[in-house]
Amino acid sequence: MPDLQKLLPPPMRRPPKPGHPGGNGAPPAGDGAVTDGAPASPKTDDPGRRLTTGVKDSPADLVGWVDERMGGASFLTAMLMRKVPKGTNWFYTLGSATLFAFVVQAVTGVFLAMYYTPSPVEAYASITHLTNDVFLGEFVRGMHKWGASVMVILVFVHMARTFFFGAYKYPRELNWVIGVVLLILTMVMGFTGYLLPFDQRSYWATIVGVNINGTGPIVGPYLSDFLRAGPEFGATTLARFYAIHMLLVPGAIIALIGAHLYLVVKLGTTAPPWLRADRKPKDARSQPVDAFAGGSYGSGDGSAK
Amino acid sequence: MNSQEKERYLREYEVMKKKGKPFFPYAILKDSTMALIVVAVIVFMSLWLGAEQGPKADPTTTTYVPRPEWYFFFLFELLRVIKPPELVPIATIGIPTIAMVLLLLLPFYDRNAERNPLRRPIASIAGIMTIVAMAFLTFLGANAGSPTDIEVEVAPQYEAGKLVAAQSGCLACHQFGENGNNGPGPKLTEIGARLNPAAIARSLEIGPGIMPSYAGLAEEQPEQFRDMVAFLASLNGEEQETSETEESASGTPHSTGSEGAAGGAGETSDSGSGS
Repeated sequence: MPDLQKLLPPPMRRPPKPGHPGGNGAPPAGDGAVTDGAPASPKTDDPGRRLTTGVKDSPADLVGWVDERMGGASFLTAMLMRKVPKGTNWFYTLGSATLFAFVVQAVTGVFLAMYYTPSPVEAYASITHLTNDVFLGEFVRGMHKWGASVMVILVFVHMARTFFFGAYKYPRELNWVIGVVLLILTMVMGFTGYLLPFDQRSYWATIVGVNINGTGPIVGPYLSDFLRAGPEFGATTLARFYAIHMLLVPGAIIALIGAHLYLVVKLGTTAPPWLRADRKPKDARSQPVDAFAGGSYGSGDGSAK
Repeated sequence: MNSQEKERYLREYEVMKKKGKPFFPYAILKDSTMALIVVAVIVFMSLWLGAEQGPKADPTTTTYVPRPEWYFFFLFELLRVIKPPELVPIATIGIPTIAMVLLLLLPFYDRNAERNPLRRPIASIAGIMTIVAMAFLTFLGANAGSPTDIEVEVAPQYEAGKLVAAQSGCLACHQFGENGNNGPGPKLTEIGARLNPAAIARSLEIGPGIMPSYAGLAEEQPEQFRDMVAFLASLNGEEQETSETEESASGTPHSTGSEGAAGGAGETSDSGSGS
């Protein structure tokens, strides 16, 4: 897949391996011998040349300009070129799908917040105005409402995948713990967001929900008082739910997603548990890594042994 | 997992990773496709199902049955499955907390090095059973009707109160004869035999346990509130002839019942957890 390398800005392309003048961007079969003609032409797209000489040559190279000053390209290269284990399949897209659902919630939430008034007197009318008068208002609110359901489903399916693949085991225990906290925070988002439309359904469901929290031992009553901003459901309760829903919990979720992703990149995603690495004789294993590059990536579901 | 198993896993993982393909473009392609599907589903649901607005929140009436968002049904249904009032905290907080802690600590008590779901039957069966239980409770929650009719026969003077009770969402959690959901609240078919009107009025105003308070209704529409208390107090599960004669006598004293609630407070605190 050498041509796809060209989609990336030059500084982010895969660096050449020592002893491989063509780098991995060269055709997979070429173990260094095929790209002999490359140095003759300065126009070549040899990533190795571009990396060393190309950056300063072209004044319009924005990525190169930023990289010269910020130096993020090598990190991005490592991110993009890191290998995912053999057999990685569609099950492994559930995490990024959850992340994307969260992004949808964040973006639609920002637009909803532009029109929403978190006061018991005006909240309902502001939603009515948003739904009926604002351009695409009902559409964006619908996306936020149903996006919540989609996100909850994705979180649970992602967790089920992690569970059945045994991906929470060594060395990824901590990432499982972070994931469970993210699940709980997602449910808190669902609970606090449910009150905001301030219709009968959301109001009474929230009263019962807060009362349910109140039955807990020791901390229960305090938690209820905190959520209600007092012993009774009052004028400031809605503002409190609003603040929790759009400042407190999203902040925590973003921070924990950052930690979650950091660990995913650092530790790598698991290989499907039914795949086993072939125990080759020692000399076979010492072959260059690229000898395996043509392996079955997409079709590795169970067939490879 | 001992250090030998850890080392073996890391070695094996290294091999699997070397056999793999780079994140770009292979994994990125799949992730992006999935992201597009997610957005398409959300857009489709928004266009198809819309975002309807219910009637405005009104603390003085509960004409709407309190129902959580569907993904909380499994928690809410626990309250229906576990009925005894003294066990309610176990259903509301106990079981969810235990489940949360078990989930959080999973990697620390499941120390089996095996990862293949087929070769760790206990974990796999436990996982499948959890999913089945949650799906079943969600299904129950989705099918828990919210009737607004009470068909219990009462004397004519209690019909007004019966209407208020039917419209106030009581049936979401209480059963009257054949109507309403059996739980999380207790059956009210014989509530009049267990509590006096003052205690009933007090329970409605406090909202014991997870029940919402009806103090708003008592303030704004005292007439309706009194009717509802009278109706509830008339429910003693006996034949109508006897209750009618009893209640015609007790009808007058209980109209002062809500004021005299302080006198019945001792009894209420006993019965409070049950209502």
